[in-house]
Amino acid sequence: MLRFFLTRLGLLIPTFIGVSIVAFAFIRLLPGDPIMLLAGERGIDPARYAELQASLGFDKPLPIQYFNYLSDIVTGDFGTSIVTKRPVLDEFMTLFPATIELALCAIILATLVGIPAGVLAAVKRGTWLDQTVMGTALVGYSMPIFWWGLLLIIFFSGILQWTPVSGRISLVYFFPPVTGFMLIDSLLSGQSGAFRSALSHLVLPTIVLATIPLAVIARQTRSAMLEVLGEDYVRTARAKGLPPRRVIGLHALRNALIPVITTIGLQVGVLLAGAILTETIFSWPGIGKWMVDSVFKRDYSVVQGGLLLIAGVIMIVNLVVDLLYGLINPRIRH
Amino acid sequence: MSLLEIKNLTVSFDTVSGPFRAVDGVDLNVDGREILSIVGESGSGKSVAMLALMGLLPDTASVTADVMRFDGKDLLTMSDRDKRSIIGRDIAMIFQEPMSSLNPCFTVGFQIGEMLKRHTRLGRTERKARAIELMQAVGIPSPEQRLSAYPHQLSGGMSQRVMIAMSASCRPKLLIADEPTTALDVTIQAQILDLLRDLCAEFDMALVLITHDMGVVAQMAHRVQVQYAGQKVEEQSVEDLFSDPHHPYTAALLSALPERATGRGHLPSIPGVVPGQFDRPPGCLFEPRCAYATASCRSSAHRQGPELGHALCNHPLINGAPADGTQAREITV
Repeated sequence: MLRFFLTRLGLLIPTFIGVSIVAFAFIRLLPGDPIMLLAGERGIDPARYAELQASLGFDKPLPIQYFNYLSDIVTGDFGTSIVTKRPVLDEFMTLFPATIELALCAIILATLVGIPAGVLAAVKRGTWLDQTVMGTALVGYSMPIFWWGLLLIIFFSGILQWTPVSGRISLVYFFPPVTGFMLIDSLLSGQSGAFRSALSHLVLPTIVLATIPLAVIARQTRSAMLEVLGEDYVRTARAKGLPPRRVIGLHALRNALIPVITTIGLQVGVLLAGAILTETIFSWPGIGKWMVDSVFKRDYSVVQGGLLLIAGVIMIVNLVVDLLYGLINPRIRH
Repeated sequence: MSLLEIKNLTVSFDTVSGPFRAVDGVDLNVDGREILSIVGESGSGKSVAMLALMGLLPDTASVTADVMRFDGKDLLTMSDRDKRSIIGRDIAMIFQEPMSSLNPCFTVGFQIGEMLKRHTRLGRTERKARAIELMQAVGIPSPEQRLSAYPHQLSGGMSQRVMIAMSASCRPKLLIADEPTTALDVTIQAQILDLLRDLCAEFDMALVLITHDMGVVAQMAHRVQVQYAGQKVEEQSVEDLFSDPHHPYTAALLSALPERATGRGHLPSIPGVVPGQFDRPPGCLFEPRCAYATASCRSSAHRQGPELGHALCNHPLINGAPADGTQAREITV
């Protein structure tokens, strides 16, 4: 197990270097540069421009810039935002909890609804229930996220006025961040109504972000269950006189979960990508919105640093999924 | 009174091309401590009949019977819930593929313990002790360590021993073994059969042994029931069946045994194949393949009395030839 863990950990290094090259090259391929954009409509004096370029290190050849960047990262320095002058890592750490909170809620919702829905569809295969679940899943999977988000905002926030349109919490509440998770912080603050407000802000973004993973998990669970339900050991479980609840919920589901866990792990990448759209729609102050804003401002260090950090998070999640996979599947562990 | 009594059991499956009768009016009786063997080739409905008894068939199967009684209890009118308290405890079953019959995600100890937890009031430590005891009884070396083993760490023979330990854990009155040795090596086969016979004697268990291997039948069974295309065609004690088969199908099966083949040349075989869903003969199902078939066989087959092994045949054999003097014919398939 330790050996397995270490090999997987070792594989992260080349992946990380690959991502850093892509991130570095990608932002520089875009037309325009941060200095021009900062200068705005009035333009900038060429001498001042050259001076600024030199101060940011943009006058050096690209390979040199890249290796300088890489050596900074090895020491833990992800650079400084050209726009805000704050360290990229600090900004990331401030904003990341907001994204994590949203992503966690979304994956929990997707799992809690998706797995039972898939199991139900498999057990009631071919009935109207199965068709309803799978039909809904297909619609959910096919819907463009931004359109779905706007639709929900128009209906629940606009017409029904049940939920707020944007942000993480109502402006009347203020308390210092402790964990960075608004749900927990609002509880800790002790201010009445703060938790309710945080929760109502979270509902719609969570639903929007969870839609695609939910559909994927439900479909994957259904097909895994259908396969497992025909296995000999399920017949053995029934031959033991066990109630259907236990046969399906323990003997079949435990085996069906093996591919589903992999799917959930892969969905984490989808979630972080989806967060970019969802956060933009709901003005959610997370890394998704941060990245989009930085791309528009050509904030080189933020875009490349942010991409690298997000990639790091996804790689770590995948590693955790691999470990979990070994935990749930004894054939891999031994 | 017999332990298990089934009358006129019929199982049909809904298929895309219409209903298919896998079991067609089968009667079956098992006495306490008796070893009954059900013999027949693939597709003769021997497994399906037992799966129907256990309630293990998929929803596409419809099961009907005039009588289905176990240990004095009517299984036909019983609720699923009540039936589940009998299944596993009083009637247990082991299957053909031991390796895939155990759940790969759970340890052997868990799977045996689960059976005890479901049907007994034993506590956690007692269950563990009982599991070790059972594993010892079925000949699994160092059972304490094997308790925490996963099925993929066991060989086929060991897996079947675990299955036997599990099914015997609540001391059932009836054990159904569905071709328990087919998937195993020949050397292991004999060990597993010996084990089953010893356990039956030790636990006062009756055994229904489903097989297509006449050698296994001769070695194990007290009584034999021969099935063909979903019907019971003959039933006799094992000695009588081997010495004087009354149904031409049984006789053909026995003469196809390599041990019985006399002289040189090809082994005798039965021409043709078992009828399927669309080519079922209207009368006797064995008629197209039977050397003694006559015109009357094409319309119906009569059930003979116990003196002729309940043979479902118009021209039952006595000492290898039809008692009514019907002459053998050339079969063209």
